[in-house]
Amino acid sequence: MAKILLEMKNITKTFPGVKALDNVNLQVEEGEIHALVGENGAGKSTLMNVLSGIYPHGTYEGDIIYNGQVCKFSNIKDSEKLGIVIIHQELALVPEMTIGENMYLGNERGHKYAIDWNTTFAEADKYLKMVNLEESSKVQVKTIGTGKQQLVEIAKALAKQAKLLILDEPTSSLNEEDSRALLDLMLGFKKQGMTMIIISHKLNEVAYVADKITVIRDGTTIETIDNRGPEPVSEERIIKGMVGREMTNRFPKREGVKIGDVMMEVEHWTVHHPLYPERKVVDDVSINVRKGEVVGIYGLMGAGRTELAMSIFGQSYGVNFSGKLKIDGKEVKMKKSEADAIRHKIAYVTEDRKGNGLILSQSIKVNTSLANLNSLAKLGVIDQDKEYAVAEEYRDKLKTKTPTVEQLVGNLSGGNQQKVLLAKWMFAEPDIMLLDEPTRGIDVGAKYEIYCIINDLAAQGKSVVMISSELPEVLGMSDRIYIMNEGKIIGEMKAQDATQENIMALILQSGRGA
Amino acid sequence: MENKALNKSNIRKPHSISMLKKNAMLIILVLVYIFFTIMTKGRMFKPTSFASLINQNAYVYILGCGMLMCMLTGGNIDLSCGAFVCLLGALGGMMMVVWKWGTGISLLAMLAIGVLYGCGLGALIAYVMVPPWIATLAGYLAFRGLGTSILSVSSTNSISFKDNQTFLNIFSGTLFKTPEGQMNMPCLIVGIVAAVLVVLLIFNTRATRLRKGYEVDTLGMDVAKSALGALAILLIMYKLALAGGIPTVLVWVAAVVLLYAFITSKTTVGRHFYVVGGNMEAARLSGVNTKRIMFLAYLNMAILTSISAMIVISRYTAANADAGKNFEMDAISACVVGGVSASGGAGTVLGMVIGATLIGVINLGMFQINLDANYQRVVKGFVLLAAVVFDILSKKRNT
Repeated sequence: MAKILLEMKNITKTFPGVKALDNVNLQVEEGEIHALVGENGAGKSTLMNVLSGIYPHGTYEGDIIYNGQVCKFSNIKDSEKLGIVIIHQELALVPEMTIGENMYLGNERGHKYAIDWNTTFAEADKYLKMVNLEESSKVQVKTIGTGKQQLVEIAKALAKQAKLLILDEPTSSLNEEDSRALLDLMLGFKKQGMTMIIISHKLNEVAYVADKITVIRDGTTIETIDNRGPEPVSEERIIKGMVGREMTNRFPKREGVKIGDVMMEVEHWTVHHPLYPERKVVDDVSINVRKGEVVGIYGLMGAGRTELAMSIFGQSYGVNFSGKLKIDGKEVKMKKSEADAIRHKIAYVTEDRKGNGLILSQSIKVNTSLANLNSLAKLGVIDQDKEYAVAEEYRDKLKTKTPTVEQLVGNLSGGNQQKVLLAKWMFAEPDIMLLDEPTRGIDVGAKYEIYCIINDLAAQGKSVVMISSELPEVLGMSDRIYIMNEGKIIGEMKAQDATQENIMALILQSGRGA
Repeated sequence: MENKALNKSNIRKPHSISMLKKNAMLIILVLVYIFFTIMTKGRMFKPTSFASLINQNAYVYILGCGMLMCMLTGGNIDLSCGAFVCLLGALGGMMMVVWKWGTGISLLAMLAIGVLYGCGLGALIAYVMVPPWIATLAGYLAFRGLGTSILSVSSTNSISFKDNQTFLNIFSGTLFKTPEGQMNMPCLIVGIVAAVLVVLLIFNTRATRLRKGYEVDTLGMDVAKSALGALAILLIMYKLALAGGIPTVLVWVAAVVLLYAFITSKTTVGRHFYVVGGNMEAARLSGVNTKRIMFLAYLNMAILTSISAMIVISRYTAANADAGKNFEMDAISACVVGGVSASGGAGTVLGMVIGATLIGVINLGMFQINLDANYQRVVKGFVLLAAVVFDILSKKRNT
């Protein structure tokens, strides 16, 4: 039996009013990849924060035994000294600085008062090679893509002499291609003897890469599944542990929904980049969506999906538009105005709910009414009783978990925030809903609820366009699928004809390739 | 819905610590007032002190409303308002005294100039996207110079309004003046009516919310709130009645403050200021015309600055080069002490009023105990810093 590198014993962590972790146990063997899975708020990140010393010794109960020794970390530096390095979900790089500067931020090479830049960049290049990143360490971080930035984060961790690497959702902002490369990189590290803990929502990736999978639910460890058999463990098996019940169907059936006439038609739609007007971001795209239909748009990150949706929504992205937009058979000359798009019954539900979707410092009530505030107002004066009633109505309809609609949105979990975002746009009463990554970063249970909402919308005769980079989701939810790559629509398929394989093959053929 | 009204859980339980935090500035205001009353052996509590608090700080309340709207949009400020008061005062002096225009025409012209400046400034900030502090820094530098050069027509660099009683009556002086020490009945009656209105308003809101099944405070809380509100109004109006009556400027202040309290809390435009400051991109993608809101913030500021200019030259019965000095800082301080977020999206008119009053009380108190003017500045600086630190710390504990 291999040596146990890390053992966390009976960890209990209490926040005022909540027990975030309750007697959690975790054993990680040397040289393995150990996955932590669980719904949002299950306590995965809290556990890793305890391990890395963000929550110092004394603020939790239980023991951390690393390399046979009981550890009492009082900050991150202590844990990093022993080679425990955590890479957080949100990239923590300074965009204006070079890769090398970023890698040695807080860990500078050279003397106390003089940084040795030659050593810095030389060593940085060495680690960049280890993560297969073909960039010079003197390149500014802002000029490279997210996929490469994630690799820089890993190189940065390696530069700290990591022995136990913790990756918190490392692929959440990567496309399939980059994700796969990252996972293979992890497998390569494993061969060299590195021990890793990965936190992820993407169960197919977990099944692919992990040796053992520990499931956490409601702050306690449920089970540890061994994944070293010849067949990778099934996603259903993991989900069962996460939600505590068998999920026979991850995508609810849409039954008896009649697909009607064409609601929206986009013809020869071309959009240019706002900063580089000579670059086409959306290139001669023609799509349509019918009443009661869910149309999926699948594409890798950077394929122009978000840009397409935003440019349809009141030209809120891009410059130099051309093409026709028809709604209900009539051509619409839309101004460059989001309010105009809302008047034409279009809603764009953003992929970035915290960045440009919700106002985190305001209540659920204020967020819910925002896109259709005028319907609650007479002569510019808001009927606040009615507003409250509307917010309550949508809270009940979407089963948003909150004590009151006066709760600040910033205090809600990701899934509940997504519901508030949907509530805002449902209250705007659109006929056409452009949903951009509607289930990004939310847990399995909440995803299912969002899918049910999408089905309800279709049943009401709304036209839904769902953009997603999760293939199973696109396959499971859509009536029809468009495949987009490099700003162009490269294929259209009926849901029953589409498979993961033929979609990926289309994308590879279209030239970008792996 | 109806049976929900009987549900006890709809009653918001008073939570002593969060209540303390919420009303901290109000409590500090009362304590500071008591402190200075003791230090001045009761002089601070005399009717004349109440009257001078209002007369001296009127401009802070009015500029504070404008600055609040600017800050709500994302912590943006207007540095030019003090200097613009000086320029507009000088122009007003020229119109009313040197060119002998009618008072009404002159005031309208002043307002028009304010609107013009506001449109220009608003357009620069909202559509050309000049950062607000730079756009207004230009005015800060230019306007006082311009104002002073206009005033140089007079050998004393000052234009006096003492012959224009109509103008002075509109913005300064006292309504239905009675000799000091004698009870001024109109003032007292206004006070009683206002106090009754406050009580009625609180209980009417409570009744509506209960009927519709919404969350309400406990009965005791609402009784305490209305009692305190009514008593405060009665005390102030009683003191003012003994000081000769309602200062004219109080009517202006009350009108502006009530109007902006209404706009910020009840209207769609007011709501848009909060959401633009809370998340500009989210507001834009929700169909809010964010540029228009930025434009309105600075147009509005210029209009309120114009009214302040009228009030200030009327109070000093003269337009002079020093008018409006540091007004921008006073307005910003009032907002910040009153809990308006320096990054935008949060803050109330009531908070700003309490902040302005607290600073006003400290100023008057320090003056009455004859504190050296230099130390007065030191104290003001630390009060500002303490307020912000307190605000940050109290928010931290909440999470």
